[in-house]
Amino acid sequence: MQTTLEPQTSFEVSDKGFYGHFGGAFIPEMLYPNVEELRQNYLNIIADPAFQAEFWQLLEDYVGRPTPLFLAKRLSEKVGGTVYLKREDLCHTGAHKVNNTIGQILVAKRLGKKRIVAETGAGQHGVATATVCALMGLECIVYMGSIDMERQKPNVDRMRMLGATVVPATSGSQTLKDATNEAMRHWINNPVDTHYIIGSVVGPHPYPDMVARFQSVISQEVKKQLLAKTGSENPNYVVACVGGGSNAAGAFYHYLNEPSVRLVAAEAAGQGVTSGHSAATTALGKPGVLHGSRTILMQTEDGQVIEPYSISAGLDYPGIGPLHAHLFESGRGDFYAITDDEALQAGFQLSKLEGIIPALESAHALAALEKMDLKPSDVVVVCLSGRGDKDLSTYSKYL
Amino acid sequence: MRTVRRCSGNPRLVVTDQNCGFPPALQMTQELTQNRITDLFTRKSERLLNVYFTAGFPALNDTVSILRGLQAAGVDIVEIGMPYSDPVADGETIQQSNEKALENGMSLKTLFAQLADCRKGTDGDPVTVPILLMGYINPVLQYGVEKFCQKCQEVGVDGVILPDLPLDLFLDDYAPIFNEYGILNVNLITPQTSEARIRHIDKESDGFIYMVSSASITGSVKGVSDTMQAYFERIAAMNLRNPRLIGFGINNHETFDTASNYANGAIVGSAFIRHLSEKGTSAESIQAFVQTIRA
Repeated sequence: MQTTLEPQTSFEVSDKGFYGHFGGAFIPEMLYPNVEELRQNYLNIIADPAFQAEFWQLLEDYVGRPTPLFLAKRLSEKVGGTVYLKREDLCHTGAHKVNNTIGQILVAKRLGKKRIVAETGAGQHGVATATVCALMGLECIVYMGSIDMERQKPNVDRMRMLGATVVPATSGSQTLKDATNEAMRHWINNPVDTHYIIGSVVGPHPYPDMVARFQSVISQEVKKQLLAKTGSENPNYVVACVGGGSNAAGAFYHYLNEPSVRLVAAEAAGQGVTSGHSAATTALGKPGVLHGSRTILMQTEDGQVIEPYSISAGLDYPGIGPLHAHLFESGRGDFYAITDDEALQAGFQLSKLEGIIPALESAHALAALEKMDLKPSDVVVVCLSGRGDKDLSTYSKYL
Repeated sequence: MRTVRRCSGNPRLVVTDQNCGFPPALQMTQELTQNRITDLFTRKSERLLNVYFTAGFPALNDTVSILRGLQAAGVDIVEIGMPYSDPVADGETIQQSNEKALENGMSLKTLFAQLADCRKGTDGDPVTVPILLMGYINPVLQYGVEKFCQKCQEVGVDGVILPDLPLDLFLDDYAPIFNEYGILNVNLITPQTSEARIRHIDKESDGFIYMVSSASITGSVKGVSDTMQAYFERIAAMNLRNPRLIGFGINNHETFDTASNYANGAIVGSAFIRHLSEKGTSAESIQAFVQTIRA
């Protein structure tokens, strides 16, 4: 193997931006100054006490943190373990995505940027970006696949109401992958005054690490809350869905070096792993480079990226973040492929048992519980990454 | 062939600051294995024209006839695009040509098969023009970097441009393989590239430096602005050891002329793809295009 690919035992990003074999910054020279500016400054900016004060204040007063950790008793009885739900669905804008956009817009301001560009799949990250741009008075341009714009019309309207310009990505499959390509092209064309707020733990270094740090508030709170509720800050399992993997990265972050805590990732199998309509990246992918990092990627033998499919627009991505690729390869994480039907059933089940309608993305994490062979003594934290209001039109087809 | 080692395709290096650690007697061997691109720049240093087209576009088997058409029209370097599903540095025109080429069934395997006999001339006029392959790193990784370089050498490809393989990752992981097979890796600079980084790129590059004319993706720039001219002048004044070709936004005689005033020549891509779509792929059509650029 090549020099930068030496395996690491650590789950922290290396100086060159690698997690084990995965990561790096595979970017055209046109993006080098921007990415390098970010790489050189992000740790200092984040560590600055004034930044920390502003970030935490906004998380508390604007986002509504800490989000509750809720013991789901009826669900626990049903699946066999002791299940706690980390209620990221109660964040302002309805999902965990805003933790990251708050952090990144504060970074962008400190870098003197005047304009924000972002990509979005389901629209949750787009809404979270448009929200913080409104809050900070920065111009906001969101690229969204034209097919996703049709599938997620309410989120398009929300973004527009928040003052963002939503640009349809009409290339390729016209979904998240293509929206990301278009956002990168926009950034290439506007390198000096624009910051690209990537919505997941994907992209060139330092994005995966920066986004994971902003989302790490999830596991930071879980530790404290679980200690108060159970006397131990460590559960047996942490479960989260993985598209790109930002809520999973946040939920796993403070447990990465706690080997007694199993990290469980739920990927979208779509109509089934072998159906040809799937987004189960670790089951179907091979190492490759997409959107600036080396990761596990769904691709043809010739290295062309395969269009993924999932009922959940937020999991409809052909890669995963390089941290997750490393968790998979090193065996640190357990990866389950959850079909559309299993996710829908889990979504309906949570609604009826606990009175909480989950996002279809989060429903994939809930469906993994059924496959885990849990004992009543097992303490399980599920990251309930978003609320299901945006998915009502999909759910209603199966009522 | 594999026994011929070279630290660089640039023959000037042999007599200047590097000798790859080989004793002087061996340096002759390196000069004998001339690369067509470095060779070109020793013979010609002005108004070089490099034309890009996408392999397998508009039809799968157009690759070699377009290559021959460009050679017959007198272009100095031909840059063949290896189509990719996610070409982030490319604008709409080249994106669409990539999509079409992939639909047509183009792949690296097919491309190497198409190029296999062109240098020998067993399938038509021998192709002698320097050839670059341009594309993205992922298909090359899946093909296998060493196998890729070996194939390039075998079919007579002289160099590659892989925009999403940054220089530092190239040097860490792949430079020895490229050197072993004598394949040049052409690097890009942009108006935002710092002087220190340009010096670093110049030091580590062979063949030529690809100057991206403005902060942009391909095919999105119209004309040469004052800001661009100032950038061209700034780079010209740096006295880099590598020749320079300017690309992005070079689409007619006027822009080719301006670029040639500040560099050793220019690269035309999207404009040629549009021409192929609108005016066809015949030798006459290609000749006419090249004439309008050179005038």
